[in-house]
Amino acid sequence: MIEPLLDIHGLRAGYRRSVVLQRVDLAVQEGQVVALLGRNGVGKTTLVHAIMGLVQPSAGSIRFGGQELSGRTPDQISRGGIALVPQGRRIFSRLSVEENLRLAHRSRDGRHDLDSVYELLPRLYERRRHRGRQLSGGEQQMLAIGRALLANARLVLFDEPSEGLAPKAVDQIAGLIAGLREHGLSALLVEQNLHVALSLADAVTVMTKGEIVYRATADVFRADPETARAFLGVG
Amino acid sequence: MRALAPGPARPLVQLAVVFLLVVAPLLLGDFRLFLLTEILIFGLFAASLDLLVGYTGLLSLGHAAYLGVGSYATALIAIHLTDNVFAGLAAGVASSCIVAAATGWLAVRTRGVYFLMLTLAFAQLLFTLAITWDSLTHGANGLPTPKPTLGPGDSGGALDGGTAFYYYALVAFLFGLGLLRAVVASPFGRALVGIRENESRMRSLGYATSRYKLAAFCLAGAVAGFAGSLTVQQSSFMSPSGVSFEVSALALIAVIIGGRATLVGAVLGSAFVFVIRDELSSAFNEHWRLVLGLVFIGVVYLLPRGISGLSARVGGLLTRRTERAAGEPA
Repeated sequence: MIEPLLDIHGLRAGYRRSVVLQRVDLAVQEGQVVALLGRNGVGKTTLVHAIMGLVQPSAGSIRFGGQELSGRTPDQISRGGIALVPQGRRIFSRLSVEENLRLAHRSRDGRHDLDSVYELLPRLYERRRHRGRQLSGGEQQMLAIGRALLANARLVLFDEPSEGLAPKAVDQIAGLIAGLREHGLSALLVEQNLHVALSLADAVTVMTKGEIVYRATADVFRADPETARAFLGVG
Repeated sequence: MRALAPGPARPLVQLAVVFLLVVAPLLLGDFRLFLLTEILIFGLFAASLDLLVGYTGLLSLGHAAYLGVGSYATALIAIHLTDNVFAGLAAGVASSCIVAAATGWLAVRTRGVYFLMLTLAFAQLLFTLAITWDSLTHGANGLPTPKPTLGPGDSGGALDGGTAFYYYALVAFLFGLGLLRAVVASPFGRALVGIRENESRMRSLGYATSRYKLAAFCLAGAVAGFAGSLTVQQSSFMSPSGVSFEVSALALIAVIIGGRATLVGAVLGSAFVFVIRDELSSAFNEHWRLVLGLVFIGVVYLLPRGISGLSARVGGLLTRRTERAAGEPA
């Protein structure tokens, strides 16, 4: 059996004495988009931070491409092939769009360079001389995604990409991620917007109180509104 | 932009400033020329601090340590080995870079107020060493040094005299400032700005930020040491006051008054500080610091981007007015 691209086993992590992730098992296969769903405060962002090395696990393992990530620093993990599109975008607000992108373009090997990102996101090309803080929420999210693409990563972690965006911008971002998926994107998608998550994901994982309590293919989850209602309060 | 652009000055303005600096010996008397030389050297020192404070977001209160190490190394080489001006510069740059690497290795692992206190502590340690290591530094009495020479045929006369040394210092200043400008315009400089803006984000983008900060710290220390060499070559004397907290504080004040992350602002701020010191000290004696303090408070409240920010704003207004006038029908 092929080893998953990202393979998490028995992960326990938190902040100081507060344990947020109790025992998390999760896998993302190459070319697969896995949606991680759950209510606010259940530990989704902590899991993303643990994968990126921003939070150190106290137990369990995180393997990526067959290599153990625990104990590695965020820069080592990033250079190893994982890119993060963080919650709240976190772009460099005082730098121009182009400067933001150039900072992210470290790996010259891979399919994405500045030109290909501008081709994919023409709005960024139009706004390339504007500072990050002058962009709309949707444009900032495009910039955050453009930055992740320029890392030419094997796995992208999206942390609430639709959060705080107007409906039109949500559609644009969802369309963008869907387009990337067509080209074989491997991603872990943390998303509160169930409609967006289900339109993009191959598989769905639900988290409550720091544990994975449900996993299924997106098609099975769609056909099971009771589960969505039980775990997420929607459906 | 308070980020990557080296400063608001446009090429024509820059050329005009360089021209004025070149003809300055024709326009200024001996005292003013000496003061201008001091400003160029201290301006370069302050610009090296701006690389840390303005571009990398590392607020240092002990930058005089590297100026002092460069000065003492140049003085000691001149006394014990050779008075060659280039040997003095090389010794100043190398020694300050080594000390910056050793202290920076520890300092860049901290942040915020801890970084501030650690840099201050290193500088105070070196200040104490300079006072107490009498056999090497002659303590508070200081070290008189021979005049620097240009080569075997020169017995110290080539750089003697205000004008000759001024041109030497001007070339060194332009070289040092040019180097710093090239650094901040490079991908490395962009990474430093990214670290200032959001270090954890930069780490998530794959940057080993500690290495970048250490490299910036070493470079800033080396340029400070370069300025330290020039300082001792100008005055032919070095004493512990050159490593004192006041020197670090004045450089920081110069950076903030001039405008952070511009490099040129640090030089403007140095000119401002030196002119206040020299023009007001005769009228106010030691109270010139009080005046400087009041000016500093005023700048912090009224000109958050410093003098260079004000000049950029005035320049922008003039450009817009000229464009409007050109667009109006006759």
